[in-house]
Amino acid sequence: MNEMTKVTTLKDWETDQEVRWCPGCGDYAILKAVQRTMPQLGADPANTVFVSGIGCSSRFPYYMETYGFHTIHGRAPAVATGVKLANPELDVWIITGDGDALSIGGNHTMHVLRRNLDCQIMLFNNEIYGLTKGQYSPTSREGTTSPSTPYGSVDHPASPCAFALGSGARFVARGIDVHKGLPDVLKAAHAHKGAAFIEIFQNCIVYNKDVFEEFAAKKTAASTQLWLADGEPMLFEKGEKGIALDNENLTLKVVDVVDGDWEAAGVIVHDVTNRSIAHMLVELPFGEFPMALGVLYDDPKPTFESAVVEQNKLASEGKKPDLQALVSKGQTWTVKEGGPEL
Amino acid sequence: MASAAEVNTGKTDAVPEAVVVRFAGDSGDGMQLTGGQFTLSTALSGNDLATFPDFPAEIRAPQGTLFGVSAFQINFGSREINTAGDQPDVLVAMNPAALKTNVEALKPGGLIIADSGEFGKRNLDKAKYETNPLEDGSLAKWQLLSFDISQLTLDAVKPFGLGNKEALRCKNMWTLGLALWMFDRERQPIIDWLNQKFAKKPDIAEANIAALNAGHAYGETAELSGPMQKVHIPAAPSEPGLYRTITGAEAISLGLVAGAQLANLPMFFGGYPITPASAILHHLARYKEYGVTTFQAEDEIAAIASAIGASYSGSLGVTSSSGPGIALKGEAMGLAIMTELPLVVVNSQRGGPSTGLPTKTEQSDLYQAVYGRNGDAPMPVIAACSPADAFDCAIEAVRIAVQYMTPVMLLTDGYIANAAEPWAVPDMSDYEAFPVQHMTEAQDGGFKPYGRDEKLARPWVKPGTPDLMHRIGGIEKAVDTGHIDYAPANHQEMTEIRRNKVLGVADSIGDQQVDMGDAGGKLAIVGWGSTYGPIHQAVRRAREAGHDVSHIHIRNIWPMPKNLGELLKSYDRILVPEMNTGQLKTVLRDQYLVDAKPLNKISGQPFLISEILAAIEENLV
Repeated sequence: MNEMTKVTTLKDWETDQEVRWCPGCGDYAILKAVQRTMPQLGADPANTVFVSGIGCSSRFPYYMETYGFHTIHGRAPAVATGVKLANPELDVWIITGDGDALSIGGNHTMHVLRRNLDCQIMLFNNEIYGLTKGQYSPTSREGTTSPSTPYGSVDHPASPCAFALGSGARFVARGIDVHKGLPDVLKAAHAHKGAAFIEIFQNCIVYNKDVFEEFAAKKTAASTQLWLADGEPMLFEKGEKGIALDNENLTLKVVDVVDGDWEAAGVIVHDVTNRSIAHMLVELPFGEFPMALGVLYDDPKPTFESAVVEQNKLASEGKKPDLQALVSKGQTWTVKEGGPEL
Repeated sequence: MASAAEVNTGKTDAVPEAVVVRFAGDSGDGMQLTGGQFTLSTALSGNDLATFPDFPAEIRAPQGTLFGVSAFQINFGSREINTAGDQPDVLVAMNPAALKTNVEALKPGGLIIADSGEFGKRNLDKAKYETNPLEDGSLAKWQLLSFDISQLTLDAVKPFGLGNKEALRCKNMWTLGLALWMFDRERQPIIDWLNQKFAKKPDIAEANIAALNAGHAYGETAELSGPMQKVHIPAAPSEPGLYRTITGAEAISLGLVAGAQLANLPMFFGGYPITPASAILHHLARYKEYGVTTFQAEDEIAAIASAIGASYSGSLGVTSSSGPGIALKGEAMGLAIMTELPLVVVNSQRGGPSTGLPTKTEQSDLYQAVYGRNGDAPMPVIAACSPADAFDCAIEAVRIAVQYMTPVMLLTDGYIANAAEPWAVPDMSDYEAFPVQHMTEAQDGGFKPYGRDEKLARPWVKPGTPDLMHRIGGIEKAVDTGHIDYAPANHQEMTEIRRNKVLGVADSIGDQQVDMGDAGGKLAIVGWGSTYGPIHQAVRRAREAGHDVSHIHIRNIWPMPKNLGELLKSYDRILVPEMNTGQLKTVLRDQYLVDAKPLNKISGQPFLISEILAAIEENLV
C-alpha cells in the first residue's frame, strides 16, 4: 500500500531460495535494485504481491520475500487484475518480459494499461526468448538470427513504450538493468497511482549478449543516454546537446547548446504530463537521437479498482443483502392445500 | 404426447393432462417474448411446465427466411412435467418459414394457427413453397386455422397512431391474447408487465394491450368453428409453498450468490460474453449488495485468470463460459489445480466442435470437463439436470471448491440455461453454512503453504496476512513447503496427492440413488444433465407398461459416487442416452468395466420421450 510505511532492510526482502538465473544475467541487478528500493518506499512485505507470467524474468517472485504468484504465460496482468480487485489495499507488482507481455500476453498488457489498474508493471526487455533457448522475440530487431530465424528475422519489432502509451498508459518509463538510475524510476512508478509501465533494458548474456551496448555502455553513455527529469531541460552530452521541437515537421530534433544556454538553443523542458511530447519520446529513433530514459510520461487519472469499488458501493447503497428475499424475487405464486393462488 | 388428451378435436369432455404449444415466427417477431409471457401466465395458473426456447444464432436473420425462424415450445399440464414435450399439439406459425420448419414436428391431428397475412408470394418464395400450403391441401393431416393476424393487429392498434412497422410489432401480443383465451389464462399479469416494460412509452404499452385484448376477444367472439375451443388445464398438484419460474442461468447465478454467502466469502466473477453463458454475467452484475464483483474481461483467458487472482486474494473466484471458451481456459484451470486455489467454472454446453451450434444444446463437453487439460489434472465435475437443480448444484460446486481447495466445473447446457420451469422457492435456513477460515497463523511446526488437512486441502492464506508470505505458481511444488521442486519422487507424490484429494470429494457427496425403479434388475437407464426429463418420463411410461427398468441420474460426474460401480453391476443391461457420441458411456466403461450401451442424439435438439421409450423396449427384448 502506497500510503503505508514500514521499516525494513534489504535483507527483509530476500528469500532463502537459490537464485537460478545464469551467472551475469541482468536480472540479478534488477532484483537487487528492487530489493534495495522496497525499504526506501516504506513498503510492507506482507502487503506486497509480485505477479509474473512465464519466462526468465517471471521467476522473479520466488526471490522476493513477499506474496508471490508465478502464473502462466502472458496472463500475469489478468491474474493481477483479480488480485487487486479482490483486495485493492494490496501493492501489486507485475513482472514480465518482452515475449510474455508483448507476444502471448499482448492483449492483457493492453487492457491492464487502458483500464489503469493501480500496479507497477516491470517489463524486462532483452529482445530474445531466453528460457526457450534463444528464439527471436517481438522486440528483436529486424534481421536477428536465432534458432527459429537462421536467415534473420523479417518482422518489424514492437516498441514496448509506444505500445504502452498507445494502449492508454498514464505512466511510462525506461531504465537499464545495471544503471544506477533504476531505483529512482521504480520509486516514481510506485508513487504513481495507476498502472505504471517500466521498460527495463536487460542484458541476456547467453542468447543476446550486449544487444543494448550501443546505448547502455558506460563509456559512451553521456552521448547515448537522455535521462529525463520533470521540469528539467532535455540535455545530454554533458549539457552540450539538447532536444528541441522541430516546429515545421512537428517532431523532435537534436540541437547544440552553446555555453550552457539551452534556452537560446530552444531545448524543451520535460513536462511529464505532456502526452504529445511523450508520444515523440517513445518513438525517438536511436542513433539519430540518444535513448530516452527515466520517466517519459506521468499523468495520473482515476484507477480501475477505485472505480469498481465506488460503483459496487453506490449500487449497494441502501440495499440490505437478504438471500431469502433474493430467491423469492420475480412473479411468484403460493400453492395452498388444494390449489394455487396469485 | 401419448398421455396428452386429444386437444381441440371436439372431445371437449376429455380434459387433457398436458398440452404442448409451439410459437414459431421470424426472429424479429418476438416469439421468445411471447413464449416467456405465456410461460408466466401458465405458471401463475398452477400448471407444471417445461419450456424449450429454440432460436437461431443470428440476431436478426433476413426476414422470412428458413434459417431466421425462432421458436418457443412449452409443455404444461396438471401433472408433473419434465420435458418440453415430444410433439406439439398446437403450432402457432407467424409466417411460411415458421410453418415449414416446424409443422413436421406437430402431432397428427394437431392444430395449426397461421397468420395468413404473411403468406404472400414473397414470403412463400423465401420459405421455398411453390404453392400456398394454407390453400393447397398439403396440411390435411392437421387442423388448420388461418386468419390475417397482421391485419387484425393493425385494426386493433389503429387508434394509437403507430407507424405500420411499429403497429405490426404488436402481432405477438395479439397472438398471445388468443393463446391466453384458448387456455383460459388471466390477462392481467401480462397487462401489468406491459405497463411496466413500456412505462416510458405509454402509447406503445396501450397499443400492445389493445392487441392482446383483441386477440383474446377474437377467440371469444369470432365464429370459430371446429378446432378452436377453449381448454382448461387444471392446476398440477404440488407441494404447498411459494413458487416462481426460473431459468437455468438465473438459478446458477442465485446458487453462486447463495454459495458464496454460505461460505462467508465475497464473490468475484470474471466473464467474457459467449452464447449461451452470458446471461450469468448479466444476472450477477446486478447483485453487488451481496458482495459480488463482476468483471467483463478482455477474453476468456483473462476471465478465468482474474478469477484465479481473486481467489488468491481470498475471494470466491468464479468464471463461466461455453465449450469454445472453456477450451481457452484450460491452461488456467491447470494453474488453479497446481496452485490449489478454489474456483468455480460454469460451462453452459452448446453444440460443437469449434463454433458449432452456438444456440443449440448438446452434452459433448463431458470429456473436456473430466479430462480436458494437460498433465494429470483432476478436477471435480458436477452436472445440473434442470433449471431448478442448477441452484443446488451451484451451491454444491462452491462447497467442494472451498473445502477441497480446488477448481470445480459445473456443467449445464443451452437447454437448461434458457429454459424456464416452476421452482419451489427454497427456505435458505435449510442450507447448512460452510464458512471459510483463511489461515492467519502458521501451523504447529512452522508455516507450510502446501501442508494438508484431513481432506488433503492446503491452507488458504490471503496476501496481506503478516508473517505468512509465500510464493505459489504453476511449477511443481515440493510437498509441504511449496518450493519449486522437480525431483522425481516429489512429482510422483504430488501427482498422487492431487488425485487423491479430488477422489476424496466422493466422501462428501453421498451414495448414488436410483431415481426411479429398483436397485438392480433388467435394465438401467443411466443419464446425466438435461436428458433427465425425457429419460424420467420414458422410464415412468415403461414401468407403467410393466417393464423392469430403472432410472439412474448421475449428478457428480467426477468423482462419481462410491457405490455407483456396484449399483451398475446389479443390472443386466445399462443404456446411456446422451446428446453426444457416448462420453459418459466411455467413462462408465473405463471406471467400472461394465457393458454400458450408448443411445446418442447429436442434432442440437433434446431427446424425445418416445425415442428413449423405443430404446428401452428394444433393450428389453
